[in-house]
Amino acid sequence: MAEVRWKSEPLKCWNQAKALRLKYYEDYAKAHERGGIRWAGSAWAFSAVPEGLGTDVWSLTGEPYGASVAWNKDFAAQCHEAAQAKGYARDLCAYMRNYWGSILLNKYVFGGEWPKPDFQWTSHTCCSHAKWYQVASELEGGVPTFSIDGSIGPYDELDENRLNYLVDQMQEGIEWMEKVTGRKYNDELLIQAVHNECNATSLWAEICTLNKAVPAPLDEKTMYSLYVFGTLMKHRKECVDFYRVLRDEVQERVEKQIAAVATERFRVITDTQPPWAFLSIFRYMESKGTVSVGSLYTFGLIGIWEVKPDGTWGPRTPPKEGSIKTREQALRTIADWTASRPEWQHFYSPERKTEMLKRIVKEWKVDGVMLHYNRGCEGLTVGIAENKLGLKKAGIPVMSFEGNMGDEREFDPERTKTEIDTFLEILGAR
Amino acid sequence: MAVAGIDVGAKYAKAVILKDGQPEILSKGIAPCGFDLKEAVEAAFQQALSEAKLSRDEIKYVVATGASLEAVPFANDSVSMQGADARGAHFLFPSVRTVIDIGAEMGRAARCDATGKMVDFVINERCAAGAGAFLEAMARALEVKLEEMGPLSLEADKSPPMNAQCTIFAESEVVTLIHEGESKKNIIRALHDAIAERNISMVRRLGIEKDVALVGGLAKNAGFVDAMKRGLEMDILVPEEPLFVGALGAALIAAEKSAG
Repeated sequence: MAEVRWKSEPLKCWNQAKALRLKYYEDYAKAHERGGIRWAGSAWAFSAVPEGLGTDVWSLTGEPYGASVAWNKDFAAQCHEAAQAKGYARDLCAYMRNYWGSILLNKYVFGGEWPKPDFQWTSHTCCSHAKWYQVASELEGGVPTFSIDGSIGPYDELDENRLNYLVDQMQEGIEWMEKVTGRKYNDELLIQAVHNECNATSLWAEICTLNKAVPAPLDEKTMYSLYVFGTLMKHRKECVDFYRVLRDEVQERVEKQIAAVATERFRVITDTQPPWAFLSIFRYMESKGTVSVGSLYTFGLIGIWEVKPDGTWGPRTPPKEGSIKTREQALRTIADWTASRPEWQHFYSPERKTEMLKRIVKEWKVDGVMLHYNRGCEGLTVGIAENKLGLKKAGIPVMSFEGNMGDEREFDPERTKTEIDTFLEILGAR
Repeated sequence: MAVAGIDVGAKYAKAVILKDGQPEILSKGIAPCGFDLKEAVEAAFQQALSEAKLSRDEIKYVVATGASLEAVPFANDSVSMQGADARGAHFLFPSVRTVIDIGAEMGRAARCDATGKMVDFVINERCAAGAGAFLEAMARALEVKLEEMGPLSLEADKSPPMNAQCTIFAESEVVTLIHEGESKKNIIRALHDAIAERNISMVRRLGIEKDVALVGGLAKNAGFVDAMKRGLEMDILVPEEPLFVGALGAALIAAEKSAG
């Protein structure tokens, strides 16, 4: 066990986070009992938009649901078998197979039967998303589905035509939702949801920025349980409120030098989703004096960033309350905001990811990078070999490991620990 | 007083004892790993102690390495296999910057700096098709003794294509070649070439910097060494006793740690 170098204590808001997450999944399951409606879709979807249908609209985002299944190894195995028996190959997105498996088994991982959505509202950025919800609709007997094509290119090439492409699809989607649900759309609710989303995702970036401190007030394993609200309910007030509480607590930890990991000596980052069933590898690293201070995934899937005057990354400044007056303005705001999401950028070139990783290494005082050849997610894994070369060229120690975010059959914990040992030896942490 | 390095591999446990204070090899020991790994470690260590005429109490510091380093409960410290390889190979050949280790069940490589410190590493994929156990299985299929494989392949006049990435399919290809009347010599050369290609593609991911050393059990096979040289298109350095390089590296680290 590595030497204790810092004081450490659990997060005070931890139980609040747990309760909020469970409430989200329960609200969705019980929406009909309470007279509400529910929609399902990707966590990448423009989730603020369905909020205009009313205050009793509840969502289930597929990727975090798939991750929750992955954590439950027995249930995940049942889902994989069910999906494979239906003819879906095991090299498809692991989250997607966990989701389809739940439909096929008619089981909700949080208990009870599978809660079928009233409609599906999604988007596709990677190659799986559109098919994910097309197949889900078929398996559920024809759930109405609307998917927004997000292929507008990287943010630094965004122009009016590309922005309009997203906004026009959302405008069309609102009319579609009115027809499908029979509800009249409320622009005021949309505007508030857009403000909520901008505030929540800016706050998360601010929280991640605080992790530049030494010792790091948060470790990545803990961040997984916190960033998730941005994938579940970034458009809701509860998310903004929780992130404010969290931001204040993390700020206090920085001021008092309270470490997430008492043994912190070396700092690493990862790049994409972890093998969810094996988060114990982070504990293993802690025993060797190493903390993962985050990842492009935890920082950039939810956090929305901007380059500050001093050239460093910081939270993007959200629009002022009251500045958005119309549906068109709200949609343009959320389209532009979402297009700047770091995790969108590297779908267009691995160099973009390399550059962002290099920035994080520098600003977060990172000693080495761990890249996950995640066989469960083609979208976020493509280009990792090039990232590795790019980081090496920049003189940054880097290791890669193979695994799968949602299918335990493709992760070898002992082998990975051996590789981590060797990597930490290079960093001098062993 | 002396220090020791013990490398517990998939096939053999190896021990090297160094004179404390100066890098002089006093003795070596080796024992096959059976079911009881600790027994194998004990046998290898005792052999080395006996050869050096030392008692256990005279060993000041022990560093373990290898896939089963837990089988050395008396070790003071441990080091990764690649880190040990780098130190050991660099001690033998100071010009070495890349060390390739092909053992019984694993291929791996390390890059090191001018001091012998590992700076990067790579390990092969999960299958053992690119390692010694694969060659043993093929020797059985060809009804040839393992130690004959190297000399026989050097007598080959061609290398028929061998695409197999897995022991099972490779055996099937070998059987096909036998039925086609291909000579054993040529089939063995094809097998060596296939293993070499697989490992070279792994090392390329790491980046090859000269000089390159080949260590581990397969480095004792002259046919495989030849295949690696042809595949890499360069000469490679092979120590006289390639099986002991990991244990030597561990012993060198033990000497360093012992000196504080």
